[in-house]
Amino acid sequence: MKRIALYRMAHARSGDKGDGSNVGVLAYDDRGYAILRAWLTPERVKDHFGEIVRGRVDRYDLPNLLGLNFILHDSLGGGGSGSLKTDAQGKTHGMALLRMMVEVPDDYEPVRVGAHGAVAAEGEL
Amino acid sequence: MTAPDRTLRIANGQGFWGDSVDAPLRLVEEGPLDYLTLDYLAEVTMSILQKQRRRDPRAGYAGDFVDLIRRILPTLRKKGIRVVANAGGVNADGCRAALVEVAREQGAAGLRIGTVTGDDILDRLDELVAAGVPFANLDDGRPFSQIRSEVLSANVYISSFPGAAALKQGAHIVVTGRSTDPGLVVAPLIAEYGWAADAWDLLAAGTVAGHVLECGAQATGGNFSRWWEVSGWDRLGYPIAEVAPDGTFVVTKHDGTGGLVTVDTIAEQLVYEMGDPSRYITPDCIADFTSIRLAQEGLDRVRVFGIRGGPATDTFKVSISYLEGYKAVGQLTVSGPDAKAKASICAEAIWGRLARAGVTFEQTLTELVGVDACHGPITRDTAVPGEVVLRVAVKDRQRAKVDRFGKELAPLVTTGPPGVTGFAGGRPKATEVLGYWPTLIPKSLVTPRVVVEEVRK
Repeated sequence: MKRIALYRMAHARSGDKGDGSNVGVLAYDDRGYAILRAWLTPERVKDHFGEIVRGRVDRYDLPNLLGLNFILHDSLGGGGSGSLKTDAQGKTHGMALLRMMVEVPDDYEPVRVGAHGAVAAEGEL
Repeated sequence: MTAPDRTLRIANGQGFWGDSVDAPLRLVEEGPLDYLTLDYLAEVTMSILQKQRRRDPRAGYAGDFVDLIRRILPTLRKKGIRVVANAGGVNADGCRAALVEVAREQGAAGLRIGTVTGDDILDRLDELVAAGVPFANLDDGRPFSQIRSEVLSANVYISSFPGAAALKQGAHIVVTGRSTDPGLVVAPLIAEYGWAADAWDLLAAGTVAGHVLECGAQATGGNFSRWWEVSGWDRLGYPIAEVAPDGTFVVTKHDGTGGLVTVDTIAEQLVYEMGDPSRYITPDCIADFTSIRLAQEGLDRVRVFGIRGGPATDTFKVSISYLEGYKAVGQLTVSGPDAKAKASICAEAIWGRLARAGVTFEQTLTELVGVDACHGPITRDTAVPGEVVLRVAVKDRQRAKVDRFGKELAPLVTTGPPGVTGFAGGRPKATEVLGYWPTLIPKSLVTPRVVVEEVRK
């Protein structure tokens, strides 16, 4: 097994849900999706975010989009205009999750995708 | 698959109040369009508009919308483009009056402007509570009595059918109060295709189209994870849905605009602000986002199909805002060497000095921008910044305490470690914190009102 950044296996978007946030993670290929379904448990995701997520983490699967949707409860320090945080709406929580390291089989190489011919950057984490 | 013989081109030129002021103009000018939708309202916007209307009975709607119509009305009329916007806020009738004025200025006799109201229940709250509506907090079950005396606004998310009715009565511009964001797209589909109130799959398809469009350029390259694939940031195209009568649609953008429309940009927008994907509840239906299929049909063209939906619930969601207290935010910039350590000393000094003065708060926050402001423990220990911004904030029900906090930042420039600067703009001032209280109301207790007014000479 080896470890690679989730950033290379999937893309993501996040936003607010009341006093929590959601992170939708979308795998680039079927094999990567199978790996992530096993790896990205609510417990691991909550652990990754540490003190940011004060409530529980729920997960919903969208196999049609190779997607996993996480609800991070109580992750904004208050809802409405009440949050004091820089990221009061969880806009950066998707990028935060993509920084996670994922354990994958040695022979797994993420698919390099790009509708306009670009390849996935290695990316600084 | 053969191309359907008829589609409606519906675009969204405003993802939120504060989005690009030129995007709607470009949408109507740079290519063909049937409907332009514009979303102006967020949860706390209504309380701000209520406050404006208390000061001036003619105010309380999105003034930017009237300015926009002044700019684009000639093009709308020339090309036959109709507009649906939730710009009415808490005074849709006032918005209509302002639009009629603009139309008269431009000699647009015959233009018909519709409004949908009935969503504002602020003045009905006592009557509704007496009638047995609990208004308990939808998220945590707290009783309404906890905030009743502090309520600033209360609006029902109404269905898309009243807006459709206004279009069927010939309105060229429809202004609603608190309709849902996706509903702005569903209303023209109901009006043009005659979708029934129990056509759940069709209403769900329209809802998904609305969800894809509702945040503007987030469907066309904005906020896209693979940002390095996006070009033309200075002229991003805003999204257009070409919707067929059977509810299938293609998402695209005008030729020659920046950004991109791919299966991946659309998938990202589909999961934006998503809860349980199999139960996306709107006033019109329950859409199942696990049924959605995507296919790249061509350059910057993504086909969306297979969408299923279920029956709507018997309640409307209500968005209530209330005064929760006060907050203030301040910042100082701390240069290196040892920027992190010195910024932490500044923070300890601020909180320590306030405690010695006997001032404590219901909530405080300390962030080091450049270290942990966004990603907390994920980046805190590994970040080695050349300089950091110390950002401190407080929240409390007592305004005086919050203002006292604001006086404790500037002294750090001469009473802290070396290299502290960036204190500008005066002392941080207390601002109101508006709480958001989501709740439900039986649909039978809400009666939307549709008015269509024709502009006379």
